[in-house]
Amino acid sequence: MTQPDPATTYAPPPEGHVSHSRLERVLRSGRFAITAELNPPDSADPADVYEAAQPLSEVVDAINATDASGANCHMSSIGISALLTRAGYSPVYQISCRDRNRIAIQGDVLGAAAMGVSNVLCLTGDGVGVGDQPGAKPVFDFDSISLLRTIRTMRDEKVFLSGRKITNPPQLFLGAAENPCIEPHDWRPDRLAKKIKAGAEFIQTNYIYDIPLFEKFMARVRDLGLDKQVYILPGVGPLASARAARWMRSNVPGIHIPDDVIKRMEGAEKPGAEGKKICIELIQQIREIAGVSGVHVMAYRKEHQVSEIIHESGILGTRIK
Amino acid sequence: MYRLRLFAIRHSRAFEWIYRRVEQTLVAMDPLFARIGYERVERPVALVEKAVKTVLFDCKMCGQCVLSSTGMSCPMNCPKQLRNGPCGGVRPGAYCEVKPEMKCVWALAWDGASRMKNGSQITEVLPPVERNLEGSSSWLRVSREKAVHLREAREARRTTIAMAFSGARKVEPSTAPLVEEPEAAHRDVTIDPPAGAKADVKGDKT
Ligand code: SF4
Repeated sequence: MTQPDPATTYAPPPEGHVSHSRLERVLRSGRFAITAELNPPDSADPADVYEAAQPLSEVVDAINATDASGANCHMSSIGISALLTRAGYSPVYQISCRDRNRIAIQGDVLGAAAMGVSNVLCLTGDGVGVGDQPGAKPVFDFDSISLLRTIRTMRDEKVFLSGRKITNPPQLFLGAAENPCIEPHDWRPDRLAKKIKAGAEFIQTNYIYDIPLFEKFMARVRDLGLDKQVYILPGVGPLASARAARWMRSNVPGIHIPDDVIKRMEGAEKPGAEGKKICIELIQQIREIAGVSGVHVMAYRKEHQVSEIIHESGILGTRIK
Repeated sequence: MYRLRLFAIRHSRAFEWIYRRVEQTLVAMDPLFARIGYERVERPVALVEKAVKTVLFDCKMCGQCVLSSTGMSCPMNCPKQLRNGPCGGVRPGAYCEVKPEMKCVWALAWDGASRMKNGSQITEVLPPVERNLEGSSSWLRVSREKAVHLREAREARRTTIAMAFSGARKVEPSTAPLVEEPEAAHRDVTIDPPAGAKADVKGDKT
């Protein structure tokens, strides 16, 4: 691959687009989008990033680089995003409000855009208490919603929040997260509306294991007309075993797994294969729900399995990659 | 005062009404405050405000009160200090992710807002807290804001936030204030940079 001139300024995005993102192109053209999560290495070796990205690159439109998810320390999201753009992949740069204040985040947004990042996902972030360094100082200067509005202001009004001018604004497709299956269920769609108002253009959700609950959420989303204003990519992932599922449910914030799913895992002869099967079924069911624009697949340190799941679920269809 | 806080949220409609009256009274007192000087009233008013609101709402004196936009549930009690809604980690039964013994501040907020006359204000996108206003009186900020109205300061730092969060500015002006701050509002928090550093700061503000 030939490296482009490192100092090229980016051309304006195509008509009707806010960025050069492939994900944005796929979504705006009405195709079913696929994204997946890359799990950051605990090393300073770029090869580790590329090894994880490789199986994903063939099957997804964008690769999410997580930002110390679960408040655990790993290679940074901005570092991974830079490595991915260097190799021609399209990352989703995740920004959590937990670890950095407004000065750091606005600077990083420009830095990321300069390195060719064209998707960001604005997250609040899990509390520091669940991670590997519970003594850390939680920052939360922004919340995900004020962060969205700030980046939109940087992009569209060409100013920092301080009012200082940005000569060349970041061209970014703005994303946010949603967690449809946890409390307060009644207000989750309203919170989604607020994220759209703040600037969200696509949504990737947390794990969905409860289809009836998700359908209820989507029905309300459609009633509010939100599915016409934002692209929704529900999150799915394979469970490893009943024990792991129970552990996740009680130790990872914001995970809802219904009992019948855990029972099915318990009854399975090969729990790993059953988890994968459940995940594929979930994708196929989610795909049929009106207002869904794509799917986001997450599996902790199992990028190969993600690729298999995407292939076997049939969502690639006749796509030429 | 967790119990009183829950009580205030349960009766959010009544408290919304009372709160508005207090605000209106203070706005009406602007000529008096202006005559005495806002710097001189800042301290005593802030003390009263702190006493009243700590008892009722577990107020943390952020200086940019948004109770009317948050169902009378003070968002500074959210361990993540979110200003725009619940995080993605709320536990079953609407308990907080970080402090499991406490109800999620934002689940309560949305519930409180559903009973309020202007409850729909909760849908406005609020700006981040200006940490340099912590400890100052939000009540006085509102009264200055409403009374002075358009004689506001035109600092870019202020107008940009007001523009970016224009909805919030409409419903809760004190979250994106345009009026100048009286000296006393800063006395506790501002640390004067050394002479040399000041020049640097200026150089950056082009
Ligand atoms: S659960 Fe509610 S109160 Fe607790 S951190 Fe999240 S939003 Fe804040």
